[in-house]
Amino acid sequence: MNDDKTIVCRCEDIDIETIRKLIDQGVTSLEEIKRITRCGMGPCQGKTCGPVIAREIAMKTGQPMEEILSPRSRPPFGGVLFQEVLEGIDDEE
Amino acid sequence: MKNKASVVIVGGGITGTSTAFSLAKRGVKDIVLIEREGLASGATGRCGAGIRQQWGTFQNCLLARESMKVFENFQEVLGTDIDIELKQKGYLLLAYSEKEMDQFRRNVEVQHQLDIPSRLVSCREAKEIVPFLNTEKMLGGAFCPTDGHANPFLATKAYAKAAERLGVEILMKTEVKAITVVNDRIKGVHTSQGFIETDKVVNAAGGWSAQIGEMAGLHLPVYSERHEILVTEPVNPIMDPMVMSFSYNIYCQQTPHGSFIMGYGPQNEPRGYNVNATWQFLETMARKAAWLLPPLKNMRIVRQWAGLYNMSPDRQPIVCESEIVKGFFMGIGFSGHGFMIAPAVGTLLADLITGSPLTWDVVLDLGRYDRHETIAEPSVV
Ligand SMILES: Cc1cc2nc3c(=O)[nH]c(=O)nc-3n(C[C@H](O)[C@H](O)[C@H](O)COP(=O)(O)OP(=O)(O)OC[C@H]3O[C@@H](n4cnc5c(N)ncnc54)[C@H](O)[C@@H]3O)c2cc1C
Repeated sequence: MNDDKTIVCRCEDIDIETIRKLIDQGVTSLEEIKRITRCGMGPCQGKTCGPVIAREIAMKTGQPMEEILSPRSRPPFGGVLFQEVLEGIDDEE
Repeated sequence: MKNKASVVIVGGGITGTSTAFSLAKRGVKDIVLIEREGLASGATGRCGAGIRQQWGTFQNCLLARESMKVFENFQEVLGTDIDIELKQKGYLLLAYSEKEMDQFRRNVEVQHQLDIPSRLVSCREAKEIVPFLNTEKMLGGAFCPTDGHANPFLATKAYAKAAERLGVEILMKTEVKAITVVNDRIKGVHTSQGFIETDKVVNAAGGWSAQIGEMAGLHLPVYSERHEILVTEPVNPIMDPMVMSFSYNIYCQQTPHGSFIMGYGPQNEPRGYNVNATWQFLETMARKAAWLLPPLKNMRIVRQWAGLYNMSPDRQPIVCESEIVKGFFMGIGFSGHGFMIAPAVGTLLADLITGSPLTWDVVLDLGRYDRHETIAEPSVV
């Protein structure tokens, strides 16, 4: 198996090679990588890919993992259907 | 870091980076751009990313059309291989009253003077463009097929890279803390990394532009206001244009990536720097969107967030040099449409900074408020 084509972000279909290239270019924060590749913007909101990318950054830059891993989780956590939001409103009324 | 610069640009959003590129392209050397966080971390990276040319004043149509020309030829103009994911599938504007329809009629006439290919549409034609559109209560609308969308992160990155290639120094994670003004002239900028001597500063700080003004002793007539937005998971392409209504107060677009992105203008939002997302927004947005575009009901919202609109008194940008402090330039107060006109704004700021005549005959100076010449743009969200 070609290691470089390993998918890191299943939501957005991003492979490790794409991530490594960016880190080599000096893009070494989760926020920036997210903005460029969409890694972490999908339904899982970075729960799967976050730690993997953070480890790649840590290996390249020597920064501790805890410092790198402060990705911003956006509500609504886990994703919610419009329909569910609307039902929620009706229940209250 | 340089301790001397010909121009210091404050802000690494689309305005700052496009200005850096335009200036460098004209041969200006020793430009430094300072960004507190990362590129596009302000409004630029939080925006709806819509690009429309369907405006109601000649000047706005001109700025939007000229900017669209740049977006259309981005790789060539910037000499970049970054693809900004430009989608030109139109903006469909909906009218809910005769008054609104009349306004669109007048707007289209203005747009045609600039060869913007817009047209009025009936409800039936609107449904041909977006088959699942709920046209209840709608009288008709306007459509411009060349309006659309581009990726703001990638556009900002491309501008920044092109500027760097031309010699611009970009400092991220660096904050402008103070500005030294002596005898009404800029003398330098204090940053978290040290002092930079310069006689020209560009305020491209978006939602924080009033603060940068204060640093130079100027009370700029702008304030910030939170605007919320949300995005769904990506689905197959089903909706071509941005669908937008001023009176129903909504905009919604499917990006080339497949996700739907949407928002509306808040009522009674207090001024300030709050960018928290709210449940109220989620609920109102869901209700509005599901009524207008029923298939959305079964889609999954994956993220919501907010960014700052930087509002000016006439809801139009301020692009000029201060008449009080020489060497203090600004591109601020975009009032919710600063992404789509950023290419033209960069050109205008480069004109002003290099002392060249303006590329286009537009009035965007601060002095317009004193002269009571505010821009009466009828079509804003
Ligand atoms: C929800 C929402 C939807 C929108 N939709 C659209 C749309 O569809 N189409 C459109 O054209 N426009 C839209 N806009 C408006 C658009 O986003 C803005 O007008 C535009 O991005 C402004 O760009 P800017 O570069 O001027 O400001 P910003 O992108 O805000 O950049 C300013 C930068 O300055 C930096 N900064 C601030 N203070 C300092 C300091 N002291 N030192 C160093 N750096 C500093 C900030 O970190 C920031 O990165 C929308 C805005 C929002 C919030």
